[in-house]
Amino acid sequence: MSDAAPPASSGDWPLFEVFVRSKQGLDHKHVGSLHASDPAHAIALARDVYTRRQEGVSIWVVPAHAITASAVEQKADNFDPMASKIYRHPTFYDIPEEIGHM
Amino acid sequence: MNASTSESRPAATAAPTAVGTDPFLERIANDEKIEPQDDMPESYRKHLVRQISQHAHSEIVGMLPEGGWITRAPSLKRKEVLLAKVQDEGGHGLYLYAAAETLGVNRADLIDALHSGRAKYSSIFNYATDTWADIGMIGWLVDGAAIMNQVPLCRCSYGPYARAMIRICKEESFHQRQGFDIVHNLMRGTPEQKQMAQDSFDRWWWPTLMMFGPHDSDSVHTQASEWGIKRLSNDELRQRFVDVTVPQASFLGLTIPDPALRWNAERGHYDFGALDWDEFWRVVKGDGPCNEARLSARVKAFNDGAWVREAAVTHARKRSARAANQSDVRGATSSQSRAAA
Ligand SMILES: [Fe+2]
Ligand SMILES: [Fe+2]
Repeated sequence: MSDAAPPASSGDWPLFEVFVRSKQGLDHKHVGSLHASDPAHAIALARDVYTRRQEGVSIWVVPAHAITASAVEQKADNFDPMASKIYRHPTFYDIPEEIGHM
Repeated sequence: MNASTSESRPAATAAPTAVGTDPFLERIANDEKIEPQDDMPESYRKHLVRQISQHAHSEIVGMLPEGGWITRAPSLKRKEVLLAKVQDEGGHGLYLYAAAETLGVNRADLIDALHSGRAKYSSIFNYATDTWADIGMIGWLVDGAAIMNQVPLCRCSYGPYARAMIRICKEESFHQRQGFDIVHNLMRGTPEQKQMAQDSFDRWWWPTLMMFGPHDSDSVHTQASEWGIKRLSNDELRQRFVDVTVPQASFLGLTIPDPALRWNAERGHYDFGALDWDEFWRVVKGDGPCNEARLSARVKAFNDGAWVREAAVTHARKRSARAANQSDVRGATSSQSRAAA
């Protein structure tokens, strides 16, 4: 399916993931998903569903099938090596008290 | 609006596995959240699909008893408030269907299960809303009971369900307060208005207590608590609801239709009378005052909306075809101009 290509009429509309910027200066954050016939429709529905109480100033919609996720089986390979690299954190280093804040 | 699943007799499941031997149960015991791509026992997945979809169905069927009152609400303000409340419930249904879909099912199939009568929803919506006071009782009592059920679900082990519940709980508090406000207003009104509120309270009190489901002793064992899905038992939740609601009712000047209701200082809780479980199972099994009306209203709304869904798809196709044409034209013009240069 191309981006948000409409499905056969028997099925449901394609799935979109919805991201909302809650206010200027902040990131868009994933808030949920919805079905819509195309991206413009998804924006209209997302406005009604996810911003009924001024939760946002901007919306992104992304066809769910367009998202590539890291593999769950690779979770350990991907992320565990960082556990031993605590020297990447400032707290790894002892700074003499006399120095104060650094 | 409400977690209806406690109402259906849970399907028998395998004997519980001891934590410590089962890595999945160990993860749950450590308060780890489970996300859609993670390994999970098939029974856990199935339980969630059933619970979340029944919950979603309850949200959208729950729109019906109140929806009929939007045009009849006694003032423009009340109409606006009720419209917003009912719209919220539609949104709750959407969040929950989306959470269920992360478990590999399709919303269209879930809706079909509802419409064909294979799926259950909360029985409370099979009671009639004949008077304006009923709309107050639904908000104050029914949404109040739903909140009692739903707050613990915000901490449930399945990430998408917990996140949907957090969003829902944020919105529910308004529902309960607007209902309380309706009842409060009636109780400060004419004798007829007070009587209307008391009559309505008499009809809703017991069905609301039944929303929490059968007694713990009568519930078939499921792994829902080991799985971190059900954090508090039906009876614990029901007791909490009674304890917070009785003082509210007496503030309002309403009489609780239960001669057995009294404060038990020893337990630190209100004692209350026996529930009519025959009525409960009658309504669950389809013999409530409005079961047929609710389901046929749902099916009619869905069928009447078919042309809208089709039109949206046709419009989307047309729009994408037009966009494709335009980019062809643009492509052609730019290659022409490149050739000319
Ligand atoms: Fe609600
Ligand atoms: Fe709700």
